[in-house]
Amino acid sequence: MAHHVADLHCRVEQDSFIQLSADFSVKAGEVLAVVGPSGGGKTTLLRMIAGLNRPSSGQIRYGDQTWFSEQIMLSPQQRHIGYVPQHFGLFPHLNALENIVAALDHLPKSERKARAHAWLTRVNLHEGLPDRLPAQLSGGQRQRVALARALAREPSVLLLDEPFSAVDKETRERLYLELARLKEQLSIPVIMVTHDLSEALLLADKMVLISQGQMLQYGVPHEVLAKPRNEAVARQMGLRNIFSAKVVNIEPQRGITWLKVGQHEIASNYEPEHQPGDEVRWVIPNQGIRFNSIAKGRLCRSYNKLDVVIDSVLVMGESVRLIAHVEGLSEALNAEVPLHLAEKLGLAKGVATAVALKSDLIHILESE
Amino acid sequence: MDWQALWLSVKLSSITVMVLIPCAIIGSRYLAYRQFVGKSWLEALIMVPLVLPPTVIGYYLLVGLGSQSWLGQLIIQLTGQQLVFDFSGLVVASVLINIPFAVQPIQRAFEAIPEDVRDAASCCGMSPWTVLYRIELPLIWPGVLTGLVLCFAHVLGEFGVVLMMGGNIAGETKTLSIAIYDSVQAFDFTSAGTMSLVLLLFAITVLALTTSLSRRIGGQHGTPRR
Repeated sequence: MAHHVADLHCRVEQDSFIQLSADFSVKAGEVLAVVGPSGGGKTTLLRMIAGLNRPSSGQIRYGDQTWFSEQIMLSPQQRHIGYVPQHFGLFPHLNALENIVAALDHLPKSERKARAHAWLTRVNLHEGLPDRLPAQLSGGQRQRVALARALAREPSVLLLDEPFSAVDKETRERLYLELARLKEQLSIPVIMVTHDLSEALLLADKMVLISQGQMLQYGVPHEVLAKPRNEAVARQMGLRNIFSAKVVNIEPQRGITWLKVGQHEIASNYEPEHQPGDEVRWVIPNQGIRFNSIAKGRLCRSYNKLDVVIDSVLVMGESVRLIAHVEGLSEALNAEVPLHLAEKLGLAKGVATAVALKSDLIHILESE
Repeated sequence: MDWQALWLSVKLSSITVMVLIPCAIIGSRYLAYRQFVGKSWLEALIMVPLVLPPTVIGYYLLVGLGSQSWLGQLIIQLTGQQLVFDFSGLVVASVLINIPFAVQPIQRAFEAIPEDVRDAASCCGMSPWTVLYRIELPLIWPGVLTGLVLCFAHVLGEFGVVLMMGGNIAGETKTLSIAIYDSVQAFDFTSAGTMSLVLLLFAITVLALTTSLSRRIGGQHGTPRR
């Protein structure tokens, strides 16, 4: 739908004011999520791509067009982007329709209104809503006007800053679906800033994890979650079960690296860079920890058994958060178990039990 | 009632506002959105007329722009006339002392426009001038109106600076407030009372109008939540 479609390459450095360093590409038709805690430089990165901030150095290219380099700094107007700021940035004195028309200066005057109407219909805003001022629209409606305004320009790149943070949960769910549907139709690079990892997992093809201005990891969201590069990434991804271990044996032909964890020896995926004797840190996501399989005596080959004593039990709605300790291990084990299962298994404070760790999901982290 | 003085005052106020407000819009925008070295000093300097006694400002203007000073000499060379004891001098003085009354409300109005809105405007392809007249001006309008009214009313009532800078020349520099002072000196309390009442009524009317007008403009689209 854009006049010409290309990939976006971005490599930026900034050393003053807000430190920032990132290097990634977004293919046409792909959604890239920029994920990280607040104040980590995500919005600054987006503003650099938009041409609103100037990086200290680096290069931003859209196809064969250079948007930013040592000598070149194209303005937002020249980049022809679609930008939806965090609070939508609707012009408060213009109604929904006029807001979109205002973004269509590149079209002949006679076509603007029809184009704006078409886009409002496309985001399900018709029947009286086009005449309303932004203050008279709900959060979700405002967001859709802003999205329509950005897309009606047929932008080269679509930039979304925390697109779902200012709307209620119900609207957010609906907007997820709409964005997912829109994604199928758009053939431009889309960059979405979010602090919510689940949004990245839900909507993005690639993700960039940024914390304190540093790009920690770049990849497919599910892979980043399953195989965080280092402990910092693992913590940013919300993984809480990070432990120390010693590599005791390797079996490349069976694809196993044996780890000594406290008193236990457990099997993990074979990683050639770790040799016997290495001290390592490893991580396992919540879905890799099982309580029921042990209790039922169904321990299979792909699971490791670990004896634990439960330290605390916290009921949160329909699930239970457990903290347990493993003998000989300083780090605690955190797990989330459905309430009915915890009751069935009699999981309570002080109970000694065993958990199964799925060896496929055990991931050895790079040392920092 | 000194109609000539009233006319002169209204003329002075109008010209001052016409010169000052456009400059204040450009300057305020710069102050609101740009960061530069010495910004707080410049802002302090702009506020000086608010705290200095008018006679002190008048004194400095008289000395600084008078025919004895190099600036006064330069102005005489360029324009062939001197500023002091002349209507043009009153305009210059009024513009200078009213800068804070114009800049303050307009700068605040610019600052109240969310960054998101200005960013979105640039990203919608609008040039900086288009952003100014299509987005920013409609949004800062209440601030401009406030600045306009404050300046107009302030010039109308200015006494100290006008007297120091312009003296008391009928038809040239004798404004309404000086005419009132003159009348009182001459024990003509009737005309002093009439002229004072005119100024009082004018002040109240204008303030009431602006308040309701800016409330109506402001209430129309509201300030978007940040």
